[in-house]
Amino acid sequence: MIRDFFRVMVVDLSSGATRIAEHTGRAEFLGGSGLAALLFETYGHMDRSWDDPDQPLIFAIGPLTGYYPLMSKTCCAFRSPYHDEYTESYAGGKSALSLRFADLDALVVTGRAPRLTALCVGSGGTDLRDVEFLRGFDALQTGRVLRKMFPGAGRRSILRIGPAGENLSAYACINVDTFRHFGRMGGGTVMGAKNLKGICILGDQGFPLPEGKAYPKLYRRIFEQLTTTEMMAKYHGVGTAININPLNGLKSLPWRNLQATAAPAAEAISGERFADDVLLRNAACAGCPVGCIHIGFVRERFQANNQYLYRQVGYDYEPIYSCGGMLEVTDPSQVLRILDVIEKEGLDCMSAGVALAWATEALEKGVVSKGETLLDFAWGDAETYMRGVELISRPPNEFYRQLAQGTLKCAARFGGEDFACVLGQEMAGYATGEVFFVSEGLGFRHSHLDAGGYAWDQKHDEKDVDKALEFLIEDSRKRIVVNCMVGCLFSRGVYTEDLLAEALDAVGHTGFGSSLSAIGERVQRLRWRLRVRMGYDPRQVKIPKRYTELTTWKGPIDTDYLEALRTEYAARILSMAAPAPGSE
Amino acid sequence: MKALRAARMERCIGCHSCSLACSRQVHHFLSWNRAGIRIASAGGLSTGFEAKVCLACHPAPCAEACPSGALVQRRDGGVMQKKSLCVRCGLCAEACPVDAIYLDSENNPYVCIHCGQCVAFCPHNCLEMADLSPREKDGEADHD
Repeated sequence: MIRDFFRVMVVDLSSGATRIAEHTGRAEFLGGSGLAALLFETYGHMDRSWDDPDQPLIFAIGPLTGYYPLMSKTCCAFRSPYHDEYTESYAGGKSALSLRFADLDALVVTGRAPRLTALCVGSGGTDLRDVEFLRGFDALQTGRVLRKMFPGAGRRSILRIGPAGENLSAYACINVDTFRHFGRMGGGTVMGAKNLKGICILGDQGFPLPEGKAYPKLYRRIFEQLTTTEMMAKYHGVGTAININPLNGLKSLPWRNLQATAAPAAEAISGERFADDVLLRNAACAGCPVGCIHIGFVRERFQANNQYLYRQVGYDYEPIYSCGGMLEVTDPSQVLRILDVIEKEGLDCMSAGVALAWATEALEKGVVSKGETLLDFAWGDAETYMRGVELISRPPNEFYRQLAQGTLKCAARFGGEDFACVLGQEMAGYATGEVFFVSEGLGFRHSHLDAGGYAWDQKHDEKDVDKALEFLIEDSRKRIVVNCMVGCLFSRGVYTEDLLAEALDAVGHTGFGSSLSAIGERVQRLRWRLRVRMGYDPRQVKIPKRYTELTTWKGPIDTDYLEALRTEYAARILSMAAPAPGSE
Repeated sequence: MKALRAARMERCIGCHSCSLACSRQVHHFLSWNRAGIRIASAGGLSTGFEAKVCLACHPAPCAEACPSGALVQRRDGGVMQKKSLCVRCGLCAEACPVDAIYLDSENNPYVCIHCGQCVAFCPHNCLEMADLSPREKDGEADHD
């Protein structure tokens, strides 16, 4: 519903109490990323660690969610178990529209349930159920059970965790509606610490639309732009997996734990090969006609005499890079089988793949022994990697307990930090060069989506620190505006700030015309301020040695340029995190 | 007479654009429930999608169950809706064999009126408007 305040449901798992809170700040923070940061300031604790029961787990949507196509994502914010600082993750599925139709701008979960619990929220209230019987259930099986326990088939969202979340791996994800995830920074771990196995959001309300022709006319214009032009073709056609071949051609594809940046075998796991050989069908987030979700299939013989089973596994560029190229697994079906285990265990697939790649090189170099790994990891050996995933999720020894907390943490304990492919967290799949390494290494949520540093590297071979950093800061501010909406970043070419202002106007959120840019900057500063208050010091971030040993299309990495970027970006982050003049 | 047919649901990606379009354009509402077509998974997203939509029955059990004349049989199948006559008893939704009628929290029924406005918003061409054969007399089976 269009209103000038935020309507927030606050559920305390410790007491079982629920209340609706109204928060001001729409004009200053919009929603999504801005709302989440605002709510963390209100409900979060700077002086307590991530697993303190009182720390909030926040899900926030934006002012246009459901009103326009691709306004279909949810921002999840929490104090991360990965670095014990404030962070965010984004997912789609049906989560955003379900929150919209539950008449909530945000859901805040605090407290810790005494036993494993599932929470169901809707416009009519909440339902907390004891699900201790689901302990140890994988994320897919958990979804099947929760579907039977709660009403609303088809127009609800089911968020849940697998064993990795229950066992507090620092990179456990939250599975959203089977094929989407709050993947990075350990949102699933926060649910695990809260004894929260699942959340069902019932989208059981609706709202009258604004009078007049402006809104339906604009909706149709945007819908047509998204569905009849070529702007989104990349995403619904081959999908983001189309990146494999060009990145390989640019010597920017991380391969075999980044021992190489290109490989002839990469073609075998290209997006085109996935599409031709294993793509079963496409799917979409609710409210998005693009359909970028690519679901592959694996057919497996489990018994003689032609007894087969099949699995459906979502894929994208990042999962293929992390569980294909990084592990030198070059058969699409084998990549999907590894991803299927990761899906069930409820881990972030990028972190899990990179962790296994590091473990393989560590074993190869004798930094660790089979006494630690328990398995003979070898490049390309998918079967062993599948077992490795289960050991990360359900650690049998100290090595896996550490690996489940992060590759660099494990390396700090056992050795091998030089070749840990960690840029804040296990890296995304762009070995494009200095700007990207610094962007992800120091960036707010250590994501390739914070800013387009990977694109800058691919287009610029000059080494201008100021220009590159101006781009990173301005680009991340623009992305923050989209993340306040919370629109899909794939649509950022369509939803310019002018169009967003027009879209807000047409539904009755008037007066945002010239303020979006200022809102982006305000939220950018607030998020940095929160992180720095929780202990983040970007000056201390190290770029592991492996990144200085690479060769890209531009030649060897320039370590002086890398260091200049790192130092200057850290200074600018601290400057953005400084309290606004007169505010404190 | 034409009727909406969810003819190619195996192509459906679950974007809900059809039900959002119906709700927006026909009912001037933002909802994926208050619509003449609703999309559901048949037990989780790995099973694909089904459309809950009026099949244009003839005779229509919902019209037969309606005590107030709010749902009236269309000549060749399906119903016309006269909202002002509805007494919100909910008997129509109960009578529908395929769960095609949605009742909101005030028991207002939402049923497809076969206007076809949703068709243009389906990105995968799952929906179409199909001709219904004229019947010689009410209640006779279709010979298509």
